[in-house]
Amino acid sequence: MPTTLILACGALAREVLALIELNGWQHMELRCLPAELHLHPERIPDAVEAAVRAARGAYSRIFVAYADCGTGGRLADRCKTLGVEMIAGPHCYSFFEGNEAFAARGEVTSFYLTDFLARQFDAFVWKPMGLDNHPELRDLYFGNYEKLVYLAQTEDAGLTKAAREAAERLGLEFERRFTGYGDLQAAIRAYKV
Amino acid sequence: MSDEEEDDLILDELDDGELVLQMHDDLYDGMADEIAEGVNILLKRGWTPYDILTKALVEGMRIVGIDFRDGILFVPEVLLAAGAMKRGMEILKPLLVETGAPQLGKMVIGTVKGDIHDIGKNLVAMMMEGAGFEIIDLGINNPVEDYIGALKREKADILGMSALLTTTMPYMKTVIDTLKEQGIRDEYIVLVGGAPLNEEFGKSIGADAYCRDAAVAVETAKEFMARKHNQG
Repeated sequence: MPTTLILACGALAREVLALIELNGWQHMELRCLPAELHLHPERIPDAVEAAVRAARGAYSRIFVAYADCGTGGRLADRCKTLGVEMIAGPHCYSFFEGNEAFAARGEVTSFYLTDFLARQFDAFVWKPMGLDNHPELRDLYFGNYEKLVYLAQTEDAGLTKAAREAAERLGLEFERRFTGYGDLQAAIRAYKV
Repeated sequence: MSDEEEDDLILDELDDGELVLQMHDDLYDGMADEIAEGVNILLKRGWTPYDILTKALVEGMRIVGIDFRDGILFVPEVLLAAGAMKRGMEILKPLLVETGAPQLGKMVIGTVKGDIHDIGKNLVAMMMEGAGFEIIDLGINNPVEDYIGALKREKADILGMSALLTTTMPYMKTVIDTLKEQGIRDEYIVLVGGAPLNEEFGKSIGADAYCRDAAVAVETAKEFMARKHNQG
């Protein structure tokens, strides 16, 4: 019987499930909010609060598997009010690489993909930016970037190929960094029985 | 109007009022070639560059801005509209210099250190320029010394800072705090903007105003400049 709810961004679903399976965390259950919130960070705190309130009572503990994710501290404030914990760091690119290592790089001109975004590049990058209809806008969006960094959570040649193709489509250099699950694993491990 | 009828539309056959309205539509639809044609027709008819800029281009972009704010248009459409306005501005800019269009003030603008996202900043710069402000565009990724150096060198009235990332927006406070340390904060109007910002953030860092879009930036800058002149 699960006693801990991991309330996660949909973009982390595979990774959280993989960690649950890998570590045998049978007491954990995953529930996801739509990954589309990634495109509207201002909506994340309300969505998380509603989900936490709806799930309370059914679980002894709830962990919010989101980092700040563009909410400018508002999600952290909301989680504090709700009495639940969340992942430290600015976003998944950072905690996958490890928050300290990511901050130490101080990269400004890199555009990041994770496994999820490599898999969903068209749905979460290309189309929302209108590049399917107006590819001529590409350099307005990406002209100041230098490279696309694929932060790989898994060894998957297909995803690496997809990420490399994404870099070509955006006119950026390509770099692959294997991160594994980074700080995500440690954050969830704190909730082991 | 059907596409076929629209294709047949001959801009030069429209009277001035109709042409200006058509240019608003063309801006809305991001039709750069048509905007350039419209600008040239109005010039040929004896319109001043300043009138074309304000009545056809800036007014058209104002409408675009309202529909963006209301969620009717999205970033790609705004970018296309801005591209069309830019084409018109390229024709008008040298003529505006020759004809001495009114100057409302001088603004130094740039994205903050660590931030390379300049779409919003470019829109604000273009709309401010269209409204009669002289723009000193510092581009992207600006450390505090670049902002302050430009403000002093250019004897600017306004500092505009832009950030898209929650990780970079706190740097705006660094810039404002440095202005205070140097005892020159009150010499400048400080406007801030960017998707993750809000009014509360603007106040908390000591900016004069948070501007949620380019149209608001223009109006806010005009208000502050008017107040400055009244004080003087």
